[in-house]
Amino acid sequence: MNRIIILISLLAFAGASSAEEYTVGQKDKKFTVSNLQIKTGDTVKFLNEDPFSHNVYSLSEVKSFDLGSYPKGEARAVTFDKPGKVDVGCAIHYDMAMTIDVK
Amino acid sequence: MTQCLTSLRHLAIAGVIAAISTSTTAATPKAGDPSLQKWLLPEVVPQPENNKLTPERIALGKQLFFDPRLSGDGNMSCATCHNPAFGWSDGMPTGRGHKSKRLDRATPVITNTAYNAVQMWDGRKRTLEDQAMGPMEATVEMNMDVKRLFDWLNSNQGYREAFEKAYPGEGINQDTLSRALASYERTIVSRNSPFDQWVRGDAKAMTPQQVRGFEIFLDPERGNCSVCHSAPNFVDNGFHNLGLKSQADENPDLGRYVQLPLPRMKGAFKTPTLRDIELSAPYFHDGSAATLMDVMRTYAEHGYVEGNISPEIEKINLGEQDMKDLVAFMKALTTEPAAVELPRLPLE
Repeated sequence: MNRIIILISLLAFAGASSAEEYTVGQKDKKFTVSNLQIKTGDTVKFLNEDPFSHNVYSLSEVKSFDLGSYPKGEARAVTFDKPGKVDVGCAIHYDMAMTIDVK
Repeated sequence: MTQCLTSLRHLAIAGVIAAISTSTTAATPKAGDPSLQKWLLPEVVPQPENNKLTPERIALGKQLFFDPRLSGDGNMSCATCHNPAFGWSDGMPTGRGHKSKRLDRATPVITNTAYNAVQMWDGRKRTLEDQAMGPMEATVEMNMDVKRLFDWLNSNQGYREAFEKAYPGEGINQDTLSRALASYERTIVSRNSPFDQWVRGDAKAMTPQQVRGFEIFLDPERGNCSVCHSAPNFVDNGFHNLGLKSQADENPDLGRYVQLPLPRMKGAFKTPTLRDIELSAPYFHDGSAATLMDVMRTYAEHGYVEGNISPEIEKINLGEQDMKDLVAFMKALTTEPAAVELPRLPLE
């Protein structure tokens, strides 16, 4: 019984530790990364480094989200649970764009 | 006595420290400073690969821009609303279209659209080529039957020759017409104002009041203007809600939200350039500010209608003199307008 409990715990731990977290900045009205390659289950934190608001969003079928607008120093995260290509932009600033390839 | 002198000395030291702190956090910008060179626009405007500027394309675009026969009633050209006499707008709060119908939004200027990433108040067209046919097709604007337009253009010898010179072998169609108009629009540029001369190093090009206005413009705790009206074209290719009174209308203009339905975009409109701004009153997408001072008051009040006002507006902090200085600065952004020679239009 104890061995089974230990085995299950190890498997759970292994599963949890393989999910990664990435940080993408918004700086000078650009994303600090133009393309990110990640795995399903990974999380991307969008950190605002500009002294004004950004509003990160995506309308991609694979993962659509609207992080709303937030000020410098704040970060909001998105977990990508399906594979595919995600086009990410800022609703406020038209020419801010990046892509995330979820594998 | 000794205690009193010690206190005075402490006060004096505190005063000096305060003075140094103030002077380093709000540095007065200096003419010609390297950090300001980002405010200069490149001489060569951005051009797409398939529509590089040539004298023939510009000349054709100019004829088309001023030709009222591109409208259904033969009485409205692009220049009817985008009038060089009114800084490339029309001097009205919102435009007037077919049969003088009052339109919903102010006529945007053509000035420096060549440098912008996106066109129109709601950003629904990306390039000048994308935008060109829109007003002709719109029934409330030029109300032109597109088939009739191209039948006529193809029958006009003058235009056949001009199109062939501008776009050899490509014929007369929506694509070549749009590219010609965009070519002319790319020549409407303001990049040599007193402000630009000051940035290049001519300390006398702006008055002390205008320099003060620029300082307030940059200051995140006063004007906070440059976060949206950014270098070099005084735009951010961005969309913001200013809390204008028209947002309280029964069916308010939702602006960018119609193109991109995210909450932050409700009532948000594209930041226009401030270059040549004194030439194109009234102001805002609804023409609700008759003068630049009215614009200042809108910002000083942080808008009038709550609901979705841009957070950047909330940071603005302007006194009466600040507003006057800002208006003075904005007048330094006018390039001496070049005379516009009207084109001869081909009668047949």
